[in-house]
Amino acid sequence: MTRALFLFLLYACCLSAHAAPDAALVRQLADDDSSVKVAAIQQLTLSADPDTLRVLAAMAEDGLYLAGDQVVIIDGDKAFDAATGTPIKAPENAESVTINNRIRGELASALAALKLFDTDVNVRLASAQKLQSSVSGEMAPLLARALEKESDARIRALLTLAHAQASLGSADPVVRLAAVRALSETSSPAIKSVLLPLTDKAKEPDNRVRFATISATKAIDARLARAENLGRVFSGLSLGSILLLGALGLAITYGVMGVINMAHGELLMVGAYAAYAMQSVFRSYFPQAIDWYLPAAIPVAFFAAAAVGVLMERTVIRWLYGRTLETLLASWGVSLVLIQAARVLFGAQNVEVSNPSWMSGGIELLPNLILPWNRIVIVGFALFVLTLVWVLMNKTRLGMFVRAVTQNRAMAGCVGVPTARIDTLAFALGAGIAGLGGLALSQISNVGPDMGQGYIVDAFMVVVLGGVGQLAGAVWAALGLGVATKLLEGWAGAVIAKIAVLVFIIVFIQKRPQGIFALKGRSVE
Amino acid sequence: MRKPLTQRFLSALDRKSALALAVFLALTLIAVPLLHLLVPPDNAFHVSAYAITLFGKIMCYAVVAVAMDLIWGYGGILSLGHGLFFALGGYAFGMYLMRQIGRDGSYQSDLPDFMVFLDWKRLPWYWSGSDSLWWVALLVVVVPALIAFVFGYFAFRSRIKGVYFSIITQALTYAAMLLFFRNETGFGGNNGFTDFKRILGYSITSPYTRLVLFGLSALMLAATLIFARALVASKYGRVLTAIRDAESRVMFIGYNPLWYKLFVWTLSAVLCAIAGALYVPQVGIINPSEMSTANSIEIAIWVAVGGRGTLIGPVIGAFVVNLAKSWFTVSFPEYWLFFLGLLFILVTLLLPNGLLGLWKKLRQSRGARA
Repeated sequence: MTRALFLFLLYACCLSAHAAPDAALVRQLADDDSSVKVAAIQQLTLSADPDTLRVLAAMAEDGLYLAGDQVVIIDGDKAFDAATGTPIKAPENAESVTINNRIRGELASALAALKLFDTDVNVRLASAQKLQSSVSGEMAPLLARALEKESDARIRALLTLAHAQASLGSADPVVRLAAVRALSETSSPAIKSVLLPLTDKAKEPDNRVRFATISATKAIDARLARAENLGRVFSGLSLGSILLLGALGLAITYGVMGVINMAHGELLMVGAYAAYAMQSVFRSYFPQAIDWYLPAAIPVAFFAAAAVGVLMERTVIRWLYGRTLETLLASWGVSLVLIQAARVLFGAQNVEVSNPSWMSGGIELLPNLILPWNRIVIVGFALFVLTLVWVLMNKTRLGMFVRAVTQNRAMAGCVGVPTARIDTLAFALGAGIAGLGGLALSQISNVGPDMGQGYIVDAFMVVVLGGVGQLAGAVWAALGLGVATKLLEGWAGAVIAKIAVLVFIIVFIQKRPQGIFALKGRSVE
Repeated sequence: MRKPLTQRFLSALDRKSALALAVFLALTLIAVPLLHLLVPPDNAFHVSAYAITLFGKIMCYAVVAVAMDLIWGYGGILSLGHGLFFALGGYAFGMYLMRQIGRDGSYQSDLPDFMVFLDWKRLPWYWSGSDSLWWVALLVVVVPALIAFVFGYFAFRSRIKGVYFSIITQALTYAAMLLFFRNETGFGGNNGFTDFKRILGYSITSPYTRLVLFGLSALMLAATLIFARALVASKYGRVLTAIRDAESRVMFIGYNPLWYKLFVWTLSAVLCAIAGALYVPQVGIINPSEMSTANSIEIAIWVAVGGRGTLIGPVIGAFVVNLAKSWFTVSFPEYWLFFLGLLFILVTLLLPNGLLGLWKKLRQSRGARA
């Protein structure tokens, strides 16, 4: 009978232990010694019940008080006993439990850990993600308990990793080995740095564990390097798309029409300022639809730049067909006028063009490989513009006329193609495409009067490298240059990479003046 | 019997040009120094230090313009890379001036200030010997000549010409500019070389130094003109002009255009570099922006404004455009680019032969009427 009673009491005890935190531990939270407080926080965390969460949360918010020998939570004019949670009368002489930064940090991680037991899946997921960066050895039992209870697969994966990290410090080599094996599947630089100490003989006496760790770090390294290279290739593709957007217009005016347009960079600038102007219009008249200013700016940028192009062609370029060096100088003059006009209209300073909200953020493919949305959008936009140009040049009447005039101006004129008007339209088309390029550039670089100058050399390099008269050449040249530049940047730095690429092009053109893709034909001079 | 070289050069000038050149030299070497030193500043005939520096600078530009005209006007090759050669000469001489500062810099070190700032312990190898004027003078000539020769050899051998050549010279200059902007390449980064104090131990700000530099620029311009005149009047000059007008035909006759082009290209680069070396002590700074695309194209417009294919045209063009520039940037800074841009457009559209061509046309029409 006594024995039965004892068991019952023990059972009740255990039950109450589940329901309420250990009063002695709670008392220690209010101890004068910080180390005692920290130990108590860690002990309490292990129990992982909602009451503990309540007590620790109160403590973190300076709501924990010591009244005589009783620890109480005071929230406004209400008071509770911290250990049992029962409401009590607010004590007269309650003294606040002070917490310093060390304890604050301890509390933060304890609270995060306790959220692993929340009923809401999303809270648990967020907590598990947050934990990844701050796992300590003491958390192993807690994580093991959370893992037992967890049913969501994503959270389980995260918890397994966290648990493995926590058990790296275990005294049992078997546990450590299992932990290392679990961690070798990951590809995060943080976990690699956690594993590194275990490759040291002084810190890891067990050979099996050490060797497993070494091969695990190697595996992680390989995965990291692969992700890094993938990232470089992607940023190379995005740089290539930018180059392509900058050069496509030129591929029409120079490549197809043979007009050296040094004002091409300024046509890009016109497109970028069109984006700025549309942004201002949307800000003042449609602030609720501000995210849509960019799609709305597409036609504006195209037609603004095309209008400048028509004006240029009619007043200047037209009189200089066939005199390329003179065209170069005159169009340089146009570019100076456009730059100064932009300064007068919009001020000499760069203007601010912000990304729409749907372009911020990115897709995380791997822990160290995030593809930003704005880059993805640019790649997509480059594809769109490329398709547009291809369709215009190959599937429309205008494109057919342009090609006809390029191939044989006199004969085209004889069969009734209005060559002069076609020149104007083709130039306007090239300018408009440049405007679209500028619109895209406004999303990733500064918009200012001088912005075009930075792209003109690159754009010419792309067109010249690709081969004059070839849209496909321009595409390959732009993507190739983009990827090559980014891969070189990886080990030589941005400026050296750029110089190396320029020197490569200079050498390449000496070897193959006709570019990668040469027009086959008889015209030598 | 062959005539001595100097005599051959001088005999290439006709009487009127020789007279004009003599007047020019008398003005710059005798009249201007006297007016600057002896006439008091409040007198109307006093030539101010500002004017001397300005004209000294423009004379350097005029040398560059003549160099550009040799290759563009006579050779038909438009270079957008002459800013590079100009800057290379300037940088080589600038380093000599940096070394002349000695321990008077802000860090009281034997090294130039920017190297101390970057925590360099010794000069990079390519600057060794830069404290000697003669070595630096050699560098000014040899380095641009070598670069131009190698670049030109490959470019002309592959028969790159016209716009292609212009674009790759532009790329070359752009790459060099990026390189010179770097701090670790030893060219002073963004700021370049500045704060010069002495040349050969003489203070760089003294009026005598200024006049000597001014006189040297004038002599250089005169020498360039005489030499260029002799060159274009020679058989070489005729072949060069023929290559400009019909390269294939010249080849079929049996000339190899490579060496003709390469010579004038290298010569042009060296002239630019010497002009750059004279320019730097007068303006007191050299930085990578001298290599910007805009600067190189501006050289072309000086030549175009004056008149291509004539020797005096580029000189006139350099003076007109640069005087306009210094007037505009003081009086209406915001209109300068409009003016320059319109100048580019109008000169190429309306004055294909420049001011000189316009003048000839006017004289002809007046002669026809009379």
